[in-house]
Amino acid sequence: MAKVTITVNGKTRAAEVEPRMLLVHFLREQLNLTGTHVGCDTSQCGACTVLIDGRSAKSCTVFAVQADGSEVTTIEGLAVADELHPLQNGFWEEHGLQCGYCTPGMIMSAANLLQDNPSPSEEEIRHGLDGNLCRCTGYQHIVNAVQHAAGTKE
Amino acid sequence: MIPSAFDYARATSVEDAVAKLAEAGGAAKLLAGGHSLVPMMKLRLNEPSTLIDIARIPGLSGIRADGDAIEVGAATVHHEVATSDLLAEQCPALAETAAAIGDPQVRNRGTLGGSLAHADPAADYPAVLLALDASVQLQGANGTRSVNASNFFQGLFTVDLGADEIITGIRFAPAKVAAYAKLYQRASRFAIVGVAAALEVTDGKISSARLGLTGASTHATRMSASEAALVGTDATAEATAEALGDPGAGIEDVNDDLHASEGYRRAMVSVFTRRAVAAALARA
Ligand SMILES: Cc1cc2nc3c(=O)[nH]c(=O)nc-3n(C[C@H](O)[C@H](O)[C@H](O)COP(=O)(O)OP(=O)(O)OC[C@H]3O[C@@H](n4cnc5c(N)ncnc54)[C@H](O)[C@@H]3O)c2cc1C
Ligand code: FES
Ligand code: FES
Repeated sequence: MAKVTITVNGKTRAAEVEPRMLLVHFLREQLNLTGTHVGCDTSQCGACTVLIDGRSAKSCTVFAVQADGSEVTTIEGLAVADELHPLQNGFWEEHGLQCGYCTPGMIMSAANLLQDNPSPSEEEIRHGLDGNLCRCTGYQHIVNAVQHAAGTKE
Repeated sequence: MIPSAFDYARATSVEDAVAKLAEAGGAAKLLAGGHSLVPMMKLRLNEPSTLIDIARIPGLSGIRADGDAIEVGAATVHHEVATSDLLAEQCPALAETAAAIGDPQVRNRGTLGGSLAHADPAADYPAVLLALDASVQLQGANGTRSVNASNFFQGLFTVDLGADEIITGIRFAPAKVAAYAKLYQRASRFAIVGVAAALEVTDGKISSARLGLTGASTHATRMSASEAALVGTDATAEATAEALGDPGAGIEDVNDDLHASEGYRRAMVSVFTRRAVAAALARA
């Protein structure tokens, strides 16, 4: 077993984990933060995307021990009090989801994108979401949602 | 999917990583970004007894100018290479290669050294390292050594790297008239073929050419016949395309798999060689 201390959504969490425990399982099973989803489990779909020290990462491809000492932000950590994050609001307003399975990962990837590039073009949004798959929407409403959040929606 | 159990240790320095590798006697693996190793461990294609995490070793990541050369540390993530101001100015081909890898999440975690050590036949960096004539810096129990990229990539997932060695970085002379052109595999975004070109132009003619090819066969190689064909031609897209002819026809042992047949790959080698050369010339 290994001791880890990870700050998740601003709260310091200390735990003993097996080194082989994936970060996504640590979040979902130890911390009950089930907003982060497992879609493919093969590093392709991005449903498990979280921010590690501010950068997007597929938490099914990171061991919890690798995040020891880091700050992790999950979908649960975006809203401030009762106020939805602009991206959450954008997905709401623009119908950026159907089943919602991909949505937490899409939003975390979009958060990484907007932090690097606050007013991305449509093409930059599509590239910024290269690592996230959606089986429902056809992506157009997801792009609209990100534009809504960025304030670039016409 | 859960990997087999292993012990985990963080290395505090390159020396510490080398010592820990020696101590484990071949049963340990270095862990950098984990974006090749972790998927393989989840499939239990790889079951190391110990992982030695080198991602946070101070000084192992970063991009710096050193005299006339540029050095990139092995633990530098693809995103940092893709967005480096120094590289945008001095060697845009390397930055555009990093930007072409996978997707943003992969580029945030995956490292240069991990990609080189893993040597996937469809990896992007090997092509550009060959075109840049870069050297790969290694450190082991017996000290340091430097291997030219053309000797480093030896076969399928096989490189000149001892079991007790760690890649510390790469070193190359900046090349402005250089570019990387890649045909993406649509789902994984790995290269079906990728060609990097680094040229020198004197008085309107190509005076030196180096081409690196990835994705086409077991490992990345130089395209020496095409390099020779380019030297002396006018430095225009039209003249170089004509001089190159059909470079894909002359490549040995071309892969044939579910992503692309051998014939299609050969055709794409020709297309992407012309594109890489034209894109490099556009920077002249
Ligand atoms: C979805 C997805 C898409 C991808 N698409 C692409 C793509 O389009 N193009 C591309 O080129 N790659 C692609 N990759 C691979 C990616 O670039 C990996 O990050 C890279 O191949 C390995 O780097 P790493 O730091 O993650 O290495 P790790 O997975 O940590 O390690 C890989 C191997 O290298 C060894 N190693 C690591 N660092 C060192 C070192 N400094 N010295 C010696 N040995 C070392 C490890 O022991 C291990 O054997 C993709 C990966 C994924 C998951
Ligand atoms: S569950 Fe992690 S990428 Fe699909
Ligand atoms: S909304 Fe169903 S997968 Fe994207």
